[in-house]
Amino acid sequence: MLQKVHIRLAENRVNTSVAVDRRIPKIFTPGEIISEQKEFMRGHGTYEQDDYLKASVAGVKEQVNKLISIRPLKSRYNGEIGDVVVGRITEVQQKRWKVDTNSRLDSVLLLSSVNLPGGELRRRSAEDEHMMRQYLQEGDLISAEVQNVFADGSLSLHTRSLKYGKLSQGVLLKVFPSLIKRSKTHFHNLPVGASIILGNNGFIWICPIISNEEDNVGGFVQNLEEVVPRPDREAIGRLRNCILALAQSKMMLFDTSILYAYEESLKYTVADLLIPEAMVDVAILTQHRLNIAENS
Amino acid sequence: MELETDIVAHAFGSARLRLANTDVLVAVKIEVEVPFPEQPDEGKIEFFVDCSANATPDFEGRGGEELAMEIANSLAGAYKSTQAFDLSSLCIMKGRKCWKLLVDILILECGGNLYDAVSIAVKAALWNTRIPKVLSVHLDGNKVEMDVSDNVHDCEKLDVARAPIMVTISKIGDHCVVDPSSAEEQCSTASVVVAVSQKRFTTILQSSSGALHPTTLMDCLKMGCEVATQLDMALLQILMKTPSQKDIGFLL
Repeated sequence: MLQKVHIRLAENRVNTSVAVDRRIPKIFTPGEIISEQKEFMRGHGTYEQDDYLKASVAGVKEQVNKLISIRPLKSRYNGEIGDVVVGRITEVQQKRWKVDTNSRLDSVLLLSSVNLPGGELRRRSAEDEHMMRQYLQEGDLISAEVQNVFADGSLSLHTRSLKYGKLSQGVLLKVFPSLIKRSKTHFHNLPVGASIILGNNGFIWICPIISNEEDNVGGFVQNLEEVVPRPDREAIGRLRNCILALAQSKMMLFDTSILYAYEESLKYTVADLLIPEAMVDVAILTQHRLNIAENS
Repeated sequence: MELETDIVAHAFGSARLRLANTDVLVAVKIEVEVPFPEQPDEGKIEFFVDCSANATPDFEGRGGEELAMEIANSLAGAYKSTQAFDLSSLCIMKGRKCWKLLVDILILECGGNLYDAVSIAVKAALWNTRIPKVLSVHLDGNKVEMDVSDNVHDCEKLDVARAPIMVTISKIGDHCVVDPSSAEEQCSTASVVVAVSQKRFTTILQSSSGALHPTTLMDCLKMGCEVATQLDMALLQILMKTPSQKDIGFLL
């Protein structure tokens, strides 16, 4: 089964912008003068030089009274307490795991902040320390919540809820953390036959719908034998490509936008969704539907 | 896949290729050299690959050198055959002078499927290469005197229609796939790279540890050949569409 080869010239690059008639906020570039007065306070992403306040990152201005800060468009993940994150175990250490969560420093997951199999009120013994690699080993993907932010910006995670834990079969996607819209819940069971975890750190996990959550005690079970049927896999693949399309056009990702994009994408085959024109088309149609939903 | 040609002003030919997350820049420069005594009527072609540490952190320091050598050697192997790439057009005077093509490949970003991307970019850069026209050559004692045309536009193009295209075929699970992303490359149990020119193989090499069953291997090779032919056609089509020699600046 061969597909068509797509090669395009750089000058025919597709414009991915979906901002039709919306006002685009001014984007400051590093070194650009934000204000000439001295009465403003210096916030994140700014610095003072020759009595001017200048931007140190590329981004948009945010002003709270006299505090000016520049929020970068692209950045690593800056964690906040309560965020849902998806991460990958990079190291197993004494009483803790190191987790890559797309932040500047690796996050830690303490052995004391996970639910071990056998009930919440279990005492942690020295044996558990030896068993750590059997619970989570290097390369495993987990979903977790930010428990604490240390002074250096590194995060402490916890998985003390049944919804968090090890992830088994599915697809991981990486987008900019700023594209994930903060909402009440980041776990969604989409009606198209897939579940999705929108990690605040820009990692998105798409997996087949988890049928009975009763099994999922402790979150250390991984069922890799179960074969996911093809329609489910196609739905997952389509969702992935839809999210990539939205991310390419810098649209916010949340359940409604993803669902709209999925519905708009049905006229394309899954593979065709990787063509830039189709991606922009899906993004524009989604933006349109979001605008309608917003105005009505 | 996005292709851009003629982007390095100082090079004789250049191309940039972006394939998903892989970014490759190729520049061709030419020099006058003495041909090898074994092939007095042929020019030379040399490949040099540089893996930028920006591509992946693995390339830092000397990390990328091994991969760079591997790519350069496989390219040299693929271009060696006279049926794939005719070096005799690079000859200026038999046994005395020839053009030497120095193909510099810079890997800017590494997102899987490196061999394919590099080979396509090299082919595009060679297509873009313009060799100055030599008006007259004469022998003065032991010295060769050349008269090269002063006009910048007065130059010849290389015939790259038969230049090889490399295709990586990876075996993931029970299936063979082409164009793997770096995540897919990690999952593959075995992979072969084939260089195909005009439906004929020029080089076959194994790019990762792992064994293939003979029948699977044959299937892989067949698939690689088909894909390469298609890829080649698509590439030549798009190269035809590239605008011919834009005037950049006011001096030209």
